[in-house]
Amino acid sequence: MASDKVKSRREFIRSGMRLSLALSLGGVAGLAASEMTGDGHVWQIDPFLCTQCGRCATDCVLSPSAVKCVHAYDLCGYCDLCGGYFKAGYNELSTAGENQLCPTAAIERKFIEEPYFEYHIIEDLCIGCAKCVKGCSSFGNGSFHLQIMHHLCVNCNECAIARVCPSRAISRVKASQAYNVKGSFTKES
Amino acid sequence: MKKLIYILLSLYLLMPAVLYGQQRFPKPEFDSGYEQPDVIAPEPRAMGLEYFDVLVLLGVLSLASWLALKKRSRQGILWLSIFTLVYFGFYREGCICSVGSIQNLVLSFADPAYVISATVLLLFLLPLIFALFFGRTFCAAGCPLGVIQDLVIIQPVSLPFWLRKTLGLIPYIYLALAVLYAATGTDFIICRYDPFVGIYRMDAPYTMIVLGVAFLLMGMFVGRPYCRFFCPYGVLLKWMSKFSRWHLTITPAHCIQCKLCTTSCPFDAIDYPSEEKAIAGSRAGAKKFVVYAVLVPVWVLAGAFVGMKSHTMLSRSNQDVYLAELLIKHPEVKSDPDNLDVQTFLSSGRTMETLVEDARIVRKKFYTGSIIAGAFIGLVIAMTLLNQVIYRRRTDYQPNPGDCYSCGRCMDYCPVEKPKK
Repeated sequence: MASDKVKSRREFIRSGMRLSLALSLGGVAGLAASEMTGDGHVWQIDPFLCTQCGRCATDCVLSPSAVKCVHAYDLCGYCDLCGGYFKAGYNELSTAGENQLCPTAAIERKFIEEPYFEYHIIEDLCIGCAKCVKGCSSFGNGSFHLQIMHHLCVNCNECAIARVCPSRAISRVKASQAYNVKGSFTKES
Repeated sequence: MKKLIYILLSLYLLMPAVLYGQQRFPKPEFDSGYEQPDVIAPEPRAMGLEYFDVLVLLGVLSLASWLALKKRSRQGILWLSIFTLVYFGFYREGCICSVGSIQNLVLSFADPAYVISATVLLLFLLPLIFALFFGRTFCAAGCPLGVIQDLVIIQPVSLPFWLRKTLGLIPYIYLALAVLYAATGTDFIICRYDPFVGIYRMDAPYTMIVLGVAFLLMGMFVGRPYCRFFCPYGVLLKWMSKFSRWHLTITPAHCIQCKLCTTSCPFDAIDYPSEEKAIAGSRAGAKKFVVYAVLVPVWVLAGAFVGMKSHTMLSRSNQDVYLAELLIKHPEVKSDPDNLDVQTFLSSGRTMETLVEDARIVRKKFYTGSIIAGAFIGLVIAMTLLNQVIYRRRTDYQPNPGDCYSCGRCMDYCPVEKPKK
């Protein structure tokens, strides 16, 4: 009889606690649901904030980094003397290795017509060091710029590069607009 | 909010015009019929797949609960945990998981600009809801961090009670710090020091791999070291599971006190029947109880005091606070060309005043946050002590509902047969 009483009292406390825990969970859920979106989020670089510090190449959890250089062809001047392709003190304007700025020779230079050349990034070779971006932004139009490539990015809950980015150029963007490619929206005109 | 988006959008649309105006080398007009290649921009993982993951988790949780409580099959739970290892671990490669989602939730409360998706909220809630009804079946077979440790257990040793209880305080401290760092928008420390995600990705910084391998090596002898002594999400699951509606039982019918199950649990999560001696001494326990109960506010205040004292140190993890302090204390770094953070700040056009102001705001948040976190840790210590003198009458060998991971190992040790209907 007495033990029955103890048991029912214990059960009463337990169910009371359970109810309050359930209510607090519901409260948290309700609060969170009020500022929720159906869209997912991914990390992306704002090319206008990026200062080409080089940490994208070294701080990504992946090796090589999921950050790659993209080429916004719309902005490119197709220069013979490309600031993103040739390093300072180049010998001649040729594809010889000693003239190239890119440490992994990830930029392909293709002749189009006199005096224009197309520059193409070989993504598998690019390590996201931003050397070409720096060169292109300093001497050219800035058509080279870094972007996080989403077929490589594992979408860490907190981006390891964003944590150390000195210019805070990396932020979460909506998954439906996953890229900030410079000038892409003018393509139609 | 919507207005702001429109303004930003229109600014964004205007940008190319500005850029085109500034272009040093205008794009040439080609005569040779050159066709410009497209910019390569591969799509991210589809949102549908994220919802599918939640569905898979729901399935795993339901199945694990059924296997643990109804089917009573250790074998089934083992296979399910291997599935989790493969799917949530090696296929999905970690992020985002229920354990880390605490921080997303906290940050979304603290920072209105930070929104979370429905999948994140569901990942956070589902295991807790299941724990409230069926115990920690998530830990048994749904958590990629847990199952990898569960699978490497070969020779578990039983840890002494005092060590278990002391180390068991770490998760509370970890949780308090994780919430503090997330709420101040400083860092996601749970994700940063996640030991196993590197193993799942087969690619990680050196320190992460060392940490992960160390945990797995330790886990061969100390069952689930991360789950028991670090996991901050485990704290929440423990609270839920303690009051769960149903829970895994060792015996399918009635305990016959055979003691066969006592050595079966690698996590020391089986409670023994209360001893006669303890019953006799329960009067003395009442006195101790009063003393410890009086000490509760003392612990809380002490915790809050320690938190208040350490807020300066804690806040240094914040980028703004760190930079502001560095620039004030060591102005000579301004001429150091190798200090990227300082050089970027100097060329960014952000003034020293705004930086210091931002840092001050963050530090203020840390001040309140650290006091709350400290008080919480103090309360946890006080309650742990108090729990030691509370006497509970137990007649059977039972899994501790808070600590039990519902892995089901003990069930195979019970010689009692399932009663036939």
